[in-house]
Amino acid sequence: MKLPLSHIAHGRSGDKGNHANVAVLAYTDAGFALLREKLTAAVVESYFAPLGVTKVERFEAANVRGLNFLLHNVLAGGASGSLRTDTQGKTLAVTLLRMPVEVPADPSALVRPVVGERGT
Amino acid sequence: MKRVRIGNGCGFWGDNLDAPVRLASAGKLDYLTLEYLAELTMSILAIQKAKDPGAGYATDFIDVLTRLAPIMGHLPRLRVVTNAGGMNPRACAAAAREVLARAGQPEKPIAVVTGDDLMPRLDDLIAAGHAFNHLDTGEPLASVRTRVVSANAYLGARPIADALRLGADIVVTGRVADASLTVGPAAHEFGWGFGETDLDRVAAATVAGHLIECGAQVTGGLWINAADETWLGNAGYPVAEIAEDGTFTVSKPAGTGGAVNFETVAEQLLYEVADPAQYYTPDVVADFTTPTLTETGQDVVTVSGCRANGLTDTYKVSVAYRDGFMAAGTLVIAGPNAVAKARQSAAVLLERFRRSGFTHAASHVEILGAGAVTGGAPKADCDPPEVVLRIAMRDSNRASIERFTKEFAPLVTGGFAGTTGYTVGRPPVREVLAYWPALVAKSAVTPAVSLI
Repeated sequence: MKLPLSHIAHGRSGDKGNHANVAVLAYTDAGFALLREKLTAAVVESYFAPLGVTKVERFEAANVRGLNFLLHNVLAGGASGSLRTDTQGKTLAVTLLRMPVEVPADPSALVRPVVGERGT
Repeated sequence: MKRVRIGNGCGFWGDNLDAPVRLASAGKLDYLTLEYLAELTMSILAIQKAKDPGAGYATDFIDVLTRLAPIMGHLPRLRVVTNAGGMNPRACAAAAREVLARAGQPEKPIAVVTGDDLMPRLDDLIAAGHAFNHLDTGEPLASVRTRVVSANAYLGARPIADALRLGADIVVTGRVADASLTVGPAAHEFGWGFGETDLDRVAAATVAGHLIECGAQVTGGLWINAADETWLGNAGYPVAEIAEDGTFTVSKPAGTGGAVNFETVAEQLLYEVADPAQYYTPDVVADFTTPTLTETGQDVVTVSGCRANGLTDTYKVSVAYRDGFMAAGTLVIAGPNAVAKARQSAAVLLERFRRSGFTHAASHVEILGAGAVTGGAPKADCDPPEVVLRIAMRDSNRASIERFTKEFAPLVTGGFAGTTGYTVGRPPVREVLAYWPALVAKSAVTPAVSLI
């Protein structure tokens, strides 16, 4: 069974010159474990290949159940010189969160806990 | 334990003009920070200053201060720290002085932080062996030296703390690291040094500064789960309340919209970050993997346990250089087959441009509404009722780009049926100012503080 990544994680993206970062933050510890296994730098690099990314580095921030991806040369010139609409990588996170991810038949341990039951 | 409340009312030049006034009124602040300088803002300000020696700073700040002044009259302890000085902090401070004089507060001490502008010394520095190698490519700055319009070191919190120690109520800086606008007041209040002893606390204040520097981005803006009930229309701006041990809360004034929770703070923690274990600033290398985030109240997140990961002996330098011209225009193409017709329209426009005899270095066609921005190819069954065709072009020759901007209107009569949206005239041509990040030894830069 597959679910969009957005069911398991939230995130945010922004620019770093001609590079961009995409932070993917799991809603639960089980979700973080799944993302660490499945959401490799290679998977993200392949997903963003149409945007011309040349290299992807993955970093971890376990304190926020986060994987942080640094996408090299993905902005076609960056904030000033790029001819694209999204010169700052603002849309990269929401785009990545549409990616289908293989999940167990019962994904309840992965999805966003309802308000009131959210641990931090 | 002593605490200091620092609010950020402006995340960039262009941010909400009412936010600083509302935050100062409701935030119970000790310090209000206002951040105006994106990566390339300095180059635009440098060009303004070259035309007018009295210009070159973020003029929005003067409008904001005009509205803040009456509030500052009622809140004598409120101090303002801003990088609105841009390329001309002295002129900015002089304009601020006039505003305060008109508001009946002529004696309020204003300090200016300078020393970030390396342009007057650039050739000397290069001659002395500072190559300003591009951080990504390694290329020395000499290769674009003749086209450089601005070169600024990101100064740290120390001159801001010094300015506050001198008694300034308003501190106007040029380029400083965004987080240092928050670290400076905290270091001043708690007497922190910038050596090894206080590094973890400086790192904590750096995390606080990073979290609030983009204004509403930590109080519900860009939050993935923002919804109608988040009430972004009345979003409060953020306040960091920092304790002497470096523990701090992020919150927003009561009764405002937006949200502060684990998700909004966690998303902003990693915003524009590369390796979270090594967030470089002039004050400290902060380890963003160390803080613990805890929801401790309605719209309150407590951040504790921040650790430093060392200290560097370099400043980051942001250089901008002239790199040709560009323009981008749009048309709306309605269907059926809108996607294909938009693509054909782009081909027609580019053919007519070629036939005009001009050439161009690069062009880019986007069919907005069909996956162009996010890089996905439209599916075969994708047939939106209409799409936005956007074509952008750049070249070193301004005349080429001028000609390009004149090719949009003819498509309204000489293009495909269903073409519209040519309503605002020819797209503007703008100069491309390219960004060149580099490092320079701290020993080569001398921050200076003066009261005016």
